[in-house]
Amino acid sequence: MLGAILTGVIFALVLVFFGRFLKRRLAILFAAVPLGLFLYFSQYIKPIANGDIITQSVSWLPSFGINLDFTLDGLSLMFSLLITGIGFLVFLYASEYLKGHQYLDRFYGYLGLFMAAMLGVVLSDNVVTLFLFWEITSISSFFLIGFNNNDKASRKSAITALSLTGFGGVLFLGFSLILGSIAGTYSITEMLNAKELIVQSDYYIPIIILLFGAAFTKSAQFPFHFWLPGAMRAPTPVSTYLHSATMVKAGVYLLMRFTPVLGGPDSWHYTLLAVGGVTMVYAAVQIVSKTDLKAILAYSTISALGVMIFLTGLGTNKAILAASVFILVHALYKATLFLITGIIDHKTHTRDIRKLSGLRKVMLPIAIIGLLAALSNGGVPPTFGFLGKDLIYEAALESERWNWLLTGASVFTNILLFYGGFQVGVKPFIGDLPAKYEKITMPKPQLWIPPAILALLSIVIGIFPLLIQDSLVVPTLNALHVLEDELHLKLWHGFNLVLGLSMLTILIGLLIYFKMQPSDKRTALFTKYEPLSPKAVILKGGFYFKKFSFKWTNFFQNGYLRNYINTILLFLVFLLGFLLISHIQLKMNFDAMTDITFPELATLIILIISVLFAVITQSRLAAVAALGIVGLSISLIFLFYSAPDLAMTQFSIDTLTMILFVLVLYRLPKYLNLTNPRNRIKDVIIATTFGTLIALLALEVWQVTNNNEVSRFYAEHAYTLAKGKNVVNVILVDFRGIDTLMESVVLTVAAIGVFSLLKLRLHQKD
Amino acid sequence: MELILAIVVGLLYASGIYMMLRRSLVKLIIGLILLGNGANLLIFLLGGITKGSPAIIAPDQQMLTEIYADPIPQALILTAIVISFGLQAFAIVLIKRAYIVAKTDDLYQMNSTDVYS
Repeated sequence: MLGAILTGVIFALVLVFFGRFLKRRLAILFAAVPLGLFLYFSQYIKPIANGDIITQSVSWLPSFGINLDFTLDGLSLMFSLLITGIGFLVFLYASEYLKGHQYLDRFYGYLGLFMAAMLGVVLSDNVVTLFLFWEITSISSFFLIGFNNNDKASRKSAITALSLTGFGGVLFLGFSLILGSIAGTYSITEMLNAKELIVQSDYYIPIIILLFGAAFTKSAQFPFHFWLPGAMRAPTPVSTYLHSATMVKAGVYLLMRFTPVLGGPDSWHYTLLAVGGVTMVYAAVQIVSKTDLKAILAYSTISALGVMIFLTGLGTNKAILAASVFILVHALYKATLFLITGIIDHKTHTRDIRKLSGLRKVMLPIAIIGLLAALSNGGVPPTFGFLGKDLIYEAALESERWNWLLTGASVFTNILLFYGGFQVGVKPFIGDLPAKYEKITMPKPQLWIPPAILALLSIVIGIFPLLIQDSLVVPTLNALHVLEDELHLKLWHGFNLVLGLSMLTILIGLLIYFKMQPSDKRTALFTKYEPLSPKAVILKGGFYFKKFSFKWTNFFQNGYLRNYINTILLFLVFLLGFLLISHIQLKMNFDAMTDITFPELATLIILIISVLFAVITQSRLAAVAALGIVGLSISLIFLFYSAPDLAMTQFSIDTLTMILFVLVLYRLPKYLNLTNPRNRIKDVIIATTFGTLIALLALEVWQVTNNNEVSRFYAEHAYTLAKGKNVVNVILVDFRGIDTLMESVVLTVAAIGVFSLLKLRLHQKD
Repeated sequence: MELILAIVVGLLYASGIYMMLRRSLVKLIIGLILLGNGANLLIFLLGGITKGSPAIIAPDQQMLTEIYADPIPQALILTAIVISFGLQAFAIVLIKRAYIVAKTDDLYQMNSTDVYS
């Protein structure tokens, strides 16, 4: 499994970096990668149907409990097959759709990276690894949405999508770390054993809030849904693959995956029910205001994702079954609709449903594919969609509480989804053909075969549901620990309430499809309430946050050194001063002090005078000279107090500095007093306060008796171990010899720097 | 003596900071040097000062036995002096260079990253 993921990553890296050397004409061959992976995963269908779970573990950071653990069970297998199968069709489709595009290699690179990361998401058993792959899907999605990178709207949508999904990613990281520390493991399989511990933990609510944040942003749930319609700026193959069939389902996958671990408490179920329910109804209503094919599909995708979250929240065996089936149903018909939208866009250069009609006369096969997808989307028997919708209604009806409300919401949503599907899959093909479209011909097979395959699957599985029952659906339910005794997927359940609701959905759906044509009036009505939409509110929040950040940064990072120093000093003075006043009794032990004699006193007086002189003098040279005296006085102090080595070093270094100073600086401008008197007084106060604080601190620290163990070691062993009698020197060149060597390196680097600064000839600009 | 030394350390720190708050680049370097000296002296003082007994083993002895000055702060300061020389030398040459390029030694006119023509 690691191999499968790595294949995608390597494929992507090769293409992103070396793609331009590959022949563009060979793009169709790239589809071999997902096809190969699809076949690879297909071989596991049988073993997993028999109840096997395939695992693989590669040690990565064992000390942190983070390993590349992969588990292939029913749920993972279903997603893996979707990712690679639809991936194959999309790769194939894109080879024609983006034929001759300048950045086709890069496009395939991003797509390959996405596929690998998405496989990683559904296969990972370790939550930290899962997080990594989760982030990569967001990042590759960003690149793909902004693929038309010279289009401003495209870039903006990409950034919106990345900020929202990236925000979810941060929440996910928090989720995985907290959950991991409570469960004591990062492995999802092992977490199942710690379920009680996790559910009863005080952190249960924060954990699920973080998880929900991650899942809702990724799966475009209300109120974070608005990045998905924006993401439709991406080329249509991307919309098909990422923003409909796979990536947006990652949030659903995550919630389903963690249902056995975290499910049970009311907070879990009711939140999911509410958010999923609101999303599915809200997005379904939005469909009627849209006239762009991809916008309709975007909102119907959001609504469908809402249905999946809603079913996960319902959490009964029936509901989980319905959700699993619906994931497949939706992937098949929605991908088909997206792909034919791409064909229509490609051929007519418009996606406005008000301008499209009669295309069946020039592209009959596409019209048939569209009709099939619309039928499955609408849940008309005998399609797969009918099966899926029946299961949803059954699950809603069997709910313990509010079953009428939930059923009503599902029926309402499905009616509008039906309407949306027909608008996309049927409407462009019926009616009269405008003259300008008469010259349109059938697209190349690479474009129409992928949707044809998907549409056929929708019908075939609808008629023979047993094809997927034992191979995919049952293993998925087993993976989620949902035990269904006797599962019989079938089209015909006899005359019952569910069938009645299904027929009602279809009838009302057809009715509004024929009666309610898209109108500008309705669009205008929706636009009027736009400022109240979550999109407007959140984007406005983002705008003000950015403004605030600018102000904040400009306040602290203003480019004035004095402000930085002042800020640092202010905090230091307050914190240290507070500690000094509150914790330490100022007392002075004069007896322990060394006596003072005249030479020292004289030196100190000279030192003080020259420091003050260096500060107040108006002559640069005088200041440098005073600085020299300061250095020499300090060297004398070292000499008085038993540090001959220091005295010598200080003396020579001080001399060198002064020489350098004078040599280099003699040509600088006049030494100006640039600050005004008020600032100077302020600085004097700050500097004096700080100096006083340091002096007090020095006295306090000095009175603490320190343990001289280390010094004693050196004093005793300097000669016996290192054969040297000057202890300071022995420390420097022997005991700490490596440090001194490094110090020489530092000095060498400084010397090279000085030399090159002196010798460097600046590039002359004309 | 320690009391006066502590006051001197405070003075060096205060004057160093004051000079660093000026607008002139040269004053900035002077402030840096004063501050460095203050820090060295501070470490020296805190190690405990001893008069007239350097940490040197007498010719006829194997180890230091009597009262001796603590060798560790001295080793640290020695390193610090040398390193700060490297820093100062580089800084001095750098401000010269900055003056040639920017034609000013006023820090207030150097707070943007724009290229000076």
